[in-house]
Amino acid sequence: MSESWPIIHFTINGRVRAVQAPPMKRLLDVLREDLHLTGTKEGCGEGECGSCSVRMNGELVNSCLVPVLQAGDADIQTVEGLATNGMLHPIQRAFLNCGGAQCGICTPGMLMAAAQLIERNPHPTMAQIREGLAGNLCRCTGFMRIFESVLAAATHAPEAALEESENAR
Amino acid sequence: MRGNEEAHELIAPGSLPAVLDLLASAPGEWTPIAGGTEVMVAFAAGRLSAQKLVNLWGIPDLRFIRATSNSIVIGACTTFLDLRAHGDLTAKFPLIAKSAGWTGSIANQSRATLGGNLANGSPAADSSPALLVYDAEIEIVSKHGSRRIPYSKFHIGYKRNVMAPDELLYAIHLPRRFADHRHYLRKVGTRRAMAISKVALAATALLKKGVVSEIRLAAASLAAFPTRLFKTEAVLLGQPLTKETVLAASRTLLAEAQPIDDIRSTADYRKHVAVNLLREFLLELSTEGASR
Repeated sequence: MSESWPIIHFTINGRVRAVQAPPMKRLLDVLREDLHLTGTKEGCGEGECGSCSVRMNGELVNSCLVPVLQAGDADIQTVEGLATNGMLHPIQRAFLNCGGAQCGICTPGMLMAAAQLIERNPHPTMAQIREGLAGNLCRCTGFMRIFESVLAAATHAPEAALEESENAR
Repeated sequence: MRGNEEAHELIAPGSLPAVLDLLASAPGEWTPIAGGTEVMVAFAAGRLSAQKLVNLWGIPDLRFIRATSNSIVIGACTTFLDLRAHGDLTAKFPLIAKSAGWTGSIANQSRATLGGNLANGSPAADSSPALLVYDAEIEIVSKHGSRRIPYSKFHIGYKRNVMAPDELLYAIHLPRRFADHRHYLRKVGTRRAMAISKVALAATALLKKGVVSEIRLAAASLAAFPTRLFKTEAVLLGQPLTKETVLAASRTLLAEAQPIDDIRSTADYRKHVAVNLLREFLLELSTEGASR
């Protein structure tokens, strides 16, 4: 550790944290290496696969493309922050119930992207789900069970969306 | 080889004047970084040549959309999600929101900025064709003042633009004169989401009494940088949309387009798709004109 590195403060999953790190260190690496929050995964490392998705100031971001200096004073949520008081987030329950996870590498990113989508749009159509998760790649499930998980998690999923899901099969 | 975070300096002066002071103090030494969707990809791959980076993310003076009666002005660090969420912009300049919506994923659109897209200058840049057919102007600032140029004169070569080393892209101006025009934009890529264009074509046009009275055409991935298609426009301007006119315009576009073979497509395919897109637009235009 170098004393010349800046000390960067941010809130992670509701807790104020500080790290001293090279300003170009990727938020992804700070989360995993400095803060031991290894739920956030690295896939491609170039913003294509979405495995490293976290929420920063309410927006979904790829943490592999955020230099930690830009996360200063930010409010960050990682997959570790989705469950509250020992209760799984509805999207996590839906992934369990619908078989939305297989190998699990894409799952944290999928959960974050899905949580963001549902928060912005509580009743997404299948097309909107596909758009919301377009930046998250899965190589196991073939995506359908993931999309169905999101539909299930969306409160009072409209019949139209469910029908659309059947038609898309 | 992976990027080494200790090999790059990154500082955050925190305000636009402070950034401009820094750029003026050592022209060419500092590379701006906004949403990082280009710079951080190069960094991670170990091919970021810039040693010194200056942060623009979070500077409020650069992230705004201002609507006036004559124009809409977009700050350089406005993100693609910001563009998609702005009602006036999406209503009056629909192609801007359309292209913003197919630029990468939601997680890219929350960080990638319009100014970054232009300053990066990819020939396949998603926002460029739309801006070109709306006669966008680019406002460039430095410690010594500001200047405005037509966006069609901003790119001067592959990933090269007219900005001096001490200058920064400040804003994009969109004049409100396209309310009556037909707007067209289509991108052809490998998949619907997350794809980089094989080719994209944008157009705005006015048809009066069956004759093309105004037309602007622009493309991505047909040249070393996003370009207006002035020669093809000239063939259409003042003409009725007959089969002969469409054929002449198609021939001109085939000659005017200068695409390359690369990892995403071939020059030949790009040219033919571009012509098909032009024909699709002209068909839409003539159909609409007939119904008026």
